[in-house]
Amino acid sequence: MSKDKESVHPYIPNSVPEIREEMLREIGVKSVEELLTVIPERLRLNRSLNLPKPLPAEFELRIHTEETLSRNEACKEYLNFLGAGCWQHYVPAVCDEIAHRAEFVTAYAADTHSDLGKWQAFFEFQSMMGELLKMGVVSLPTYDWGSAAGFAIRMASRITGRSEVLVSRTISPERLAVIRNFCQPEVMPGHIDVRLIDYDPETGLLDLEDLERKISSKTAGVYFENPSYLGLIESQGRDISKTAHDYGSECIVGVDPISLGVLAPPAEYGADIVCGDVQPLGIPMNYGGGHGGFIASRDEVKYVSEYPLQLVSITKTGREGEFGFGLCTHERTLYMVREKGRDFTGTTVGLWTVVAAVYLALMGPKGMREIGEVIVEKSHYAAKLLSEMRGIKILFSPQFFKEFVVNFDETERSVRDVNKALLKRRIFGGKEITKEFPELGNSALYCVTEIHTKGDIEKLASALGEVVE
Amino acid sequence: MKSDKKLRRYHASVWNEPIIMEMGHRGERGITIPEVEEEIGEAVGDAESYIPTKMRRKQNPKLPEISQPHVLRHYLRLSQQTLGMALNIDIGMGTCTMKYSPIVNEELLKLPQFAHLHPLQDEDTVQGVLEIIYKFAGFLGEISGMDEFTFQPGGGAHGIYTNACMIRKCHEVRGELKQRREIITTLFSHPADAACPATAGFDIITLYPDPETGLPDVEALKAAVSERTAGLMITNPEDTGIFNPVIDEFVEIVHEVGGLCAYDQANSNALFGIARAREAGFDLCHFNIHKAFSSPHGCMGPACGAVGVRKELAEFLPVPVVTSDGTKYHLDYDRPHSIGKVRQFLGNIQTIVRAYAWVMSMGAEGLREVSETSVINTNYLIKKMLTVPGVTMAYPKQGIRLDQVRFSLQKLKDDTGVGTDDVARRIVDFGVQEYFKSHHPWVVPEPFLPEPCETYSKEDIDYWITVIRHVCEEAYVNPEMARTAPHNQSIARIGEEALNDPDEWAMTWREYVRKHVDERENAGPCLSRGKS
Repeated sequence: MSKDKESVHPYIPNSVPEIREEMLREIGVKSVEELLTVIPERLRLNRSLNLPKPLPAEFELRIHTEETLSRNEACKEYLNFLGAGCWQHYVPAVCDEIAHRAEFVTAYAADTHSDLGKWQAFFEFQSMMGELLKMGVVSLPTYDWGSAAGFAIRMASRITGRSEVLVSRTISPERLAVIRNFCQPEVMPGHIDVRLIDYDPETGLLDLEDLERKISSKTAGVYFENPSYLGLIESQGRDISKTAHDYGSECIVGVDPISLGVLAPPAEYGADIVCGDVQPLGIPMNYGGGHGGFIASRDEVKYVSEYPLQLVSITKTGREGEFGFGLCTHERTLYMVREKGRDFTGTTVGLWTVVAAVYLALMGPKGMREIGEVIVEKSHYAAKLLSEMRGIKILFSPQFFKEFVVNFDETERSVRDVNKALLKRRIFGGKEITKEFPELGNSALYCVTEIHTKGDIEKLASALGEVVE
Repeated sequence: MKSDKKLRRYHASVWNEPIIMEMGHRGERGITIPEVEEEIGEAVGDAESYIPTKMRRKQNPKLPEISQPHVLRHYLRLSQQTLGMALNIDIGMGTCTMKYSPIVNEELLKLPQFAHLHPLQDEDTVQGVLEIIYKFAGFLGEISGMDEFTFQPGGGAHGIYTNACMIRKCHEVRGELKQRREIITTLFSHPADAACPATAGFDIITLYPDPETGLPDVEALKAAVSERTAGLMITNPEDTGIFNPVIDEFVEIVHEVGGLCAYDQANSNALFGIARAREAGFDLCHFNIHKAFSSPHGCMGPACGAVGVRKELAEFLPVPVVTSDGTKYHLDYDRPHSIGKVRQFLGNIQTIVRAYAWVMSMGAEGLREVSETSVINTNYLIKKMLTVPGVTMAYPKQGIRLDQVRFSLQKLKDDTGVGTDDVARRIVDFGVQEYFKSHHPWVVPEPFLPEPCETYSKEDIDYWITVIRHVCEEAYVNPEMARTAPHNQSIARIGEEALNDPDEWAMTWREYVRKHVDERENAGPCLSRGKS
C-alpha cells in the first residue's frame, strides 16, 4: 500500500514519509506490503476498518471524551452510601500524586537494578501489610479480593490434599462467583466442592453448629470474612479456627484492611491464610477499577511454596550495606514452569500496590486506629438515626464495622423504590440485597465511612423520612 | 569502538533510601483523620463499645510514623529510581508492546465523573462510562471480527483464564466436559496459555516449534487432537514475531474434532486492519488493553484482558455485559449460561477509557499506520542488528517478522562467555531498560526478544542497536564489564541465593529483622542504613 500521508500522527514518529521510505530502503523492500506478504491473502482483511472518524487533535479528543464522561453523576455531587465490595474512602493527595508519576505509571516488569524504586515500594507494601496483619509473608496483590480468596482456597486444597471447602454464606456473592470458577465444575478431577455454612439468623454471625455439622476430615479450608459482606464483626474467629484446625483444615479469613487499626488481625484468632482487597487504602473507586487482592500467611515453606502470586524478597547486593530485591521461589510460577506452576499470575495491580504502600506510610499506627474508630462511630450514628425511623429496622447485632443491613419491610416501599426516590434527592442509597439474601426481606446494605459528615448522615435520614413516611 | 561517541553518559538516581520501616520518629504523622463531630460522639459513644472485646486490636500496628513531606520525598525518590517507559527507549520488552500512553488520557481519568464512580450506581447515573464501554466493545468487534466483549479480566493471563472458563462452560452445557479435558497450546504462546487452562482444570498438550521454521507443526497438531480435545489456545504471531500462515488450518483441525479455538492476541500490534481473529476462524480471543491499546503498564497493572467471542458463545460471557437499546445503555445480568464472575464488578474500566480515547485519536487509518510502522520498525531493527557481532536471529529461514523478533546470543556466549543475562544487565548502564529474554524453557539459546513498536523513532532504534553493539563488542575485549554489570544503576548486582533459601528470604521487614537483625545484633552492624 503506497503511503502519501498528509498528516503525521503525533504518537508515531516514523510516520513521516521520508523516514518511512528510508527505513524501507534500508530493509530492502519497496513497500510495507512486501513485508506483509507473510500473511496469506485469505487471512487478510481487504478493506478498511469501519471505525468512527478520528479526533487526532488532542483538544477535540479531550472535549469529546470529557463530554461523554460528564454524562456520569459522580459520588461527589451525589451523596453515596453504596459499599458492597467497593468503598468510598478519602484518597490522600500524596497517594494521588504518586499514582500519577510517569515513572511508576509506565514501568513494567524490569528487575531490581533498573527499577529499584518499584521493587522497594512493593517490599514496603508487603512489610506494612505484614505489620497490619501480623503475618510474615504477604504477596503482591492479584486482581481483586475474590481472586485472592479463590487462590487462597486452592492453596489450602494443595496443602491439605483435600478437595472440599466450607465458605461462610455471608460472603459477597460476587466473590463467591469468582471462587466457584476457581473451584471448577464437578466433573473435573480438580474440582473443589464449595459448601456454604449458614449464619445465625439472630446475630448474622457464622452458625457454629452448622460448621460442626459440615466439617470433616475432607475439609481443606474454612473461609469466612471479617467484617462479613453484611458488615458484621465476626466475634467467633477463635472458635472457627479451632474447629478448622481440629479437623486438620486451614483457616482462611478475608479482611477489609482499613478495619485493622481497630479489629484484631486474623492471625491473632488462628487464621492460617488471610486475604482481602487493597482498594480502601488510598485508591479511588474508578467505577470498580481500584481493586487488588492480597494473600498473606506465616513464613513457612508449606505456604510459601503454594503461592501462585509473586513474592518480593529483600536481598543483599554486592555493595556492603546495600539492599536489593528479587522474586522468592520464582520457580513455582507459570513464568518458569508453565502449567506445572501454582495456578497462574501475570499483570495484576502493581500501581495500586505502590499507592497502598504510600497510604499505609501516611496513616501510620495512629492513623489506622483513628480511621477505624471514626468509621465505626459514624456508621453507628447513621444506623442509630435510621433505626429510629418508623418502619426501618437495622438487622442483626449492633456489632458492625462500616456496613449494615437496613430493612424496609414495614415501610410499604421496596428498596428499589426507596433508592429511586433517594436518587432524585441526589443520594445513592445502599445496595439492594433482596435477591442475594431473600430471607432478609426487603433490605439494603448501607456503607458509611470517614468521608460522611454528620450533615451527610442527617441528610440521608431526612430524605429517607420523606420517602418512607 | 566507533559507536561509543553516541552512547549516553547515563547514571540512575542513587538515593540510598532506607526501607520505610526505618524512617520517621515516634509521634510523627503523615495525615490527619477527620474528627467525629461532638454530637455523634455523644449519641453513639466510643467505637470500642461496638467491637466485641476479643476482636479488638490490642496494640497499634507497628507501622512507621512519618511526616507528610518525608513520605512524599521517599516515594518521589523511589519513583526516580524506576525507569518507566516514558523515560527511555523501551524496545527490549518483546510481547509487552511498550508504547506511548498518551498523557491526555491520564488527565481524563482524574475527572471525578470517572474516578469517583461507584460500580453499583444506578444505570441512569453512569450512562457516560457505559457508552464508552459499549462503543469500545464495538471498536474491538470491528478490529477482531468477534461479536461481544467483556472487560472484566484484570490482565492478559486473566483474559486467557476467562476464555478457558468459557470453553469449559460451553462443553459443560453441551454435556461433553467429562470427555473434553485437553487444551492444546504451543511453546511460543505465552505460558499463561498453558497455566490458565490448567487452573481451570484442563490437561495441557504443548506443541513444540519446528527447529527450522519456528512454527508449530500441523502434523503434530493432527496427532494431538481427539475427542478429548476441549480447545486450542494460541498466539499468532507467536513470541517470535513469525506469523503462522496456516493458522486457519490449525483452527479447522481443532473444530473438526469439536474443540473451540481461543486466539491470544497479546501480539496484535502488527495486525490492526490487516488480519483478524474472525477470518482465521477463531471462536474466542483476547487483547491486552495495557499493551497494544496504549493503556500504561503501571508497574504490572491495573490492566485488562479484553475478551471477545462469537455470537454463539456470548451466552457464556461473565456478567454483566453492557448492552444498548438504542437510547440507553444497560447492564445485562440475564445470561443463564454465563460463567458468572472472574472479577468483581466490570473490571479495570480506566484502561478502557484510555483505550477508547486512543482509538478515537488514531481512527482506522491511524491503527493501520500503527501496525505498518511496527512491522517496518521490526524489520529495520533486524537488518541492523544482524551486523552486531555475536547476535544471530532464531529461525533465519523465516525472513520477515511482524511485531517482534527473537534473537540469540549463543555465539556471543561461545566466543566470550558473556550470555544474555549479562547483556540484559549491562545495557541498562546506557539508559535503556533491560530487555526481555524469553519465557521458559529456552528452546532458542541465550535469547532476547525486542519489540520496536510504533512509538520509537528511527533514531531510537539506532540508539538501541548502538547500545547492544557496544555491549557485545565490549564482551569480546573486556567480558568482565558485562559479567559484573550493572555499573551505573541505583544499586550493585543483587545476590540471588537468598531468594530460594527459607532461612534467608524475607517478604516483610518483620521477617527480615527476625532472620537477619535480631541474631546479629551483637555481631556487628546490620544492613540497616539508618535515617535520611
